[in-house]
Order: sequence, then structure tokens, then C-alpha cells
Amino acid sequence: MAKTGVLIETENGQVKETSLGTMAAAVGHEIYALVNLGDSQGDIKEKLTEYGADKIVNFSVAPLSSPDFIAEILVAAVKKFGFDNLIGTASAAGKDIFARIAAIIDEPLISDCIEVDIAQKILKKSHFSGKTMATLKVKGNVFLCTIRPNSIEPVTKSGAGEILDFSTDVSDPELMKIVEVKKVSEGKLDLTEAPIIVTGGRAIKAAENYSMLEACAEKLGAAVGASRAAVDAGYAPHSMQVGQTGKTVSPKLYIACGVSGAVQHFAGMKTSKVIVAINEDKDAPIFSKCDYGIVGDIFDVVPVLTEKL
Amino acid sequence: MKIIVCVKHVPDTAATIKIAGDSGYEDSDIKFVANPYDEHGIEEAVSIVEKQGGEVVILTVGKAEAVSTIRSALAMGAHRAILVKTETQFLDSSLTAKALKSAIEQDGLPDIIFTGKGSVDTESFQTQYRLARSFDIPIVNEVSTLNIEGDKAVAQRETGGGEKQVIELSLPCVIGATKGLNEPRYPKFPDIMKAKKKEIKEIELSALDIDSSSEKVSLVKLEIISERSGAKILEGSVDDQVNELINILKEKEKVI
Repeated sequence: MAKTGVLIETENGQVKETSLGTMAAAVGHEIYALVNLGDSQGDIKEKLTEYGADKIVNFSVAPLSSPDFIAEILVAAVKKFGFDNLIGTASAAGKDIFARIAAIIDEPLISDCIEVDIAQKILKKSHFSGKTMATLKVKGNVFLCTIRPNSIEPVTKSGAGEILDFSTDVSDPELMKIVEVKKVSEGKLDLTEAPIIVTGGRAIKAAENYSMLEACAEKLGAAVGASRAAVDAGYAPHSMQVGQTGKTVSPKLYIACGVSGAVQHFAGMKTSKVIVAINEDKDAPIFSKCDYGIVGDIFDVVPVLTEKL
Repeated sequence: MKIIVCVKHVPDTAATIKIAGDSGYEDSDIKFVANPYDEHGIEEAVSIVEKQGGEVVILTVGKAEAVSTIRSALAMGAHRAILVKTETQFLDSSLTAKALKSAIEQDGLPDIIFTGKGSVDTESFQTQYRLARSFDIPIVNEVSTLNIEGDKAVAQRETGGGEKQVIELSLPCVIGATKGLNEPRYPKFPDIMKAKKKEIKEIELSALDIDSSSEKVSLVKLEIISERSGAKILEGSVDDQVNELINILKEKEKVI
């Protein structure tokens, strides 16, 4: 049976939902969930076992450890356990660490896959900013890929869940030092990993009107995004931008409020499962490319939606 | 201060991609430009050198046609350029990184190497990491704020969840630029004219001792992602529309 390492990400002592989806790509393999358990072991172990982890490899690193150090530890784990495959989530941290691992072991890496057949080493991913889907085949000794958050549904399948404490003598190459982590926006969900996203376009008219979308997002457990037009108009920071020059997202539900639906916007969200558009212009391009549409003023529709949720 | 900016020649993001055969695309009648994220690298490099003095060198691995992209980078204020000429654009980032490394070794290791955070054509997000590793120098990607102080760089990188990391690293280093770092300048006419006279050194890939037959990634198929069609437009009063939407999202789509 193929041995597959899965890099698990946690948040507030919980396994991220997106990591469980990533683990589902390895069902049928001997799954080694690689996780920095820190102090909170109980729930994480149960969750990983429930979703198919046969071995839970605990690699403890201090907060603010450099990504080079984490990559070196994971490379040591690949060697020690003899993984055939190492997969992770295409989050900001996941993409960064996997690119470092690929560089260290000089193996091919496919980043941000939407579908993956690990046994055949065949993957699908976006090329040309969401305009085309590429099917790639890779050769190599260790198969490395990161999977776009929410593109694979988590699957419950009980694993053995044996905890292995893993330590290695690798050290931080000390090429860089993370000196500070700044909170740039308070308590907001990460756009690229959010299961639901509510986006405001130019029709939001002012930065303070995003509070209307935040209220709706809070009811849905959603993150709030912005279109390029809204960012360029100064209504929202670039960190909230979805699209070609912003974030690529793939939630199960995407609600576009007052977004016209430019090609560049679709490039960043067209793989969403369900797209809902609310726009007062019935001829807006978004209505020809969404699943459900409401023609109406967002300032009339969104508050009603928030209230009824 | 010597800065090298790695620039990729890619289809304009506004271009319509037409598939040719199983895995190719028509590249003859679409516009190619500098990868948009690389432009942030060019802008940053030029503005650092404007303040601190030095030289900005553009480095491209690509087909002969990439000269048009290199000229536009030179018009933004870079001083000279190197083109490593290939028959096709590599799909395997490892080969691109090896070609970049050889060309940089020939020219001399700079203080900073800029790249974009990724390219908008193959979206692989890794060449810059392989390049940094080959020189054993630090890399920070997706940098949206950068300060150079002596032989040290302080970079800020967005990590999702509304957080930014502040990272200290020493030069030489590789910086992957992203939007937010700066506003790339539009070259003025005299800059475009001046750029025509700047040096572009061309190196044949075959002169660099790289085995391009060793590509480990192959493209099996390329297909257009079709747009959705036949959206259901909800009718009635706002109340009716919202009730129907919530019902669909709960009962039919099961997404809330």
C-alpha cells in the first residue's frame, strides 16, 4: 500500500476543515497525518482518526519557526517513513512550505490542484488564470502536490490513529527570521480557505458599507471579499480582492453582491460550487455566468437575506 | 547595489486562449506581456536603484519573441537584459530555475533577485524557491512591503486569515513580489525610445549545460473551462426572492 504523508494545518487547536478535504485525496493509502500538535492533542487526534489517519506524526516546532525549518523537518519525515507521496493544502502556508520541500529534494511539485489521481500521478489544475484546465502527468521519486482548499469533500473513514512522536536532528538553516506577526484585519476568516464567501463589488459605494456584508457573512460563517473595482475605488484593501490579481478561491457557495462579473473576477472564483449574484443591473455579465441570480439593489436584498438566514 | 529581475513572457491576461491540438494553444495572434507580478519586481528594483544607486538587470528564459517583453521592462528603467533562448517555454519549473541559475552565475550573483509571486500562465508558484535553493540564499514570496537597510531586508508577507508576517533576511536574497508592493510605472515615450538602445545579451540554452530532455512534468491535455450558463433568475418581491434563494441553498444545493 502506498504511504502518503498529509500535512495537516490547525487553527485555534482544531484541524482545519480544508486539511480534512486534502486527506480525502489519499483515501486507500496508508495515511500519515503530519501535524504540529503543540499543547492540544485530544480533539485533533480524534478528528484525524475519524477522517482516515493511520498514523499521526507529531512534529513539534515553536511558534514563528521559519518555513525553511518546517520544510527541513518534513523532508526528514519523508526520508524516515519512506513516503511515496506528500500532499498538503494550497493555503498561503502550504504553498510556501511545499515549494521549499520541492526545492530541497529536487522533485516535481504541482501546486493548487483541483483534482488528483495519486496512483497515476495525474493532476488537474488551472492554467492561464482560470481560463483553462490543464491535465498534468509527473515523474519523480516522491510525488508532491498541494490541493486547492474546498475542492475535495472530506470523507469519514476510520483510520488506526496511532500517535508517533517524531523528532529529528535537523536544524533551522537560519536564512530568515519571522520577527512579528501583524493582524491586518480583525477576526476575519481566511478568504482562500473559507467555505462560503460574500463579495462586494463597486456597487457597495463606500468602505463602511462592507459592514452590511459582514453581518450577512457572520450568519453564514463566511468570509468577505471584494472585486478589483471595489479595491481600486478604495472601498476595500487588496488583501480582500478576489480575481486575477487577487486571491483565487473555490468555496462551496459564492455570493457576489454588486459585482459586474468581469472575466478577471471569474478567473479567481469560477471553480466555486454554487455562484449566486445580486445586482441591480439585469444586463450585468455576471447573470450569464452564475447559478442563481437576484436582480435588485444590494442595499434592499442583502439586509433581508441576513435577517432570514 | 546590483539587482536581477526574472521576468516571464506570458499571454496577456485579457487574451482569449484558443486551444490547439490536445495540449497546445494558439500563441501567434495573442498579445504577450511581462508577467503582471514580475512588473511589481521591476518597479521595486528600479526604485531601489534610483535611491541607492546601482544596476537593474532583466533576466528572461523564453522564446526569441520574449524580446518585446524585455524591451518593455527596460523602458520601465532597467539598465540591461539577458535572454536565455529556448525553443519552448518549460513546463518543469526545475529546468527554468536551472537556466536562471546558470545565467546568473555567468553574470555574477546580485544583491537581490526579484521574481513575481508566480506566473499567470502555468501558475506553478515554485521557480523562485528552486532558484533560491540553488544559491542557498533566503527567499520570501508574496511580498507586499519591502525595506532594504544595508545588507538586510525586511519583508512583509500576507499569510491569510488577515495576518502579515514581518520577516528579516540578509542579502543576497530572492523576493517574490505581489500586488500591493508598489504601482508599476507606465513608461513614457522617451523611456521607450531609450530602451531600444539598451543591451540585450542573448544566450542559447544549449550553451548552459542543462539537460532539457529531463522534464519531469508533462502536459497531457489543455481544455477551456466552460462558463456556466442558464442561471436561474429568481422572481417576485425581495421577500419571495430571498425565501426561494435560502430554500434552494439549503434543500437543493445543501451548501448552507
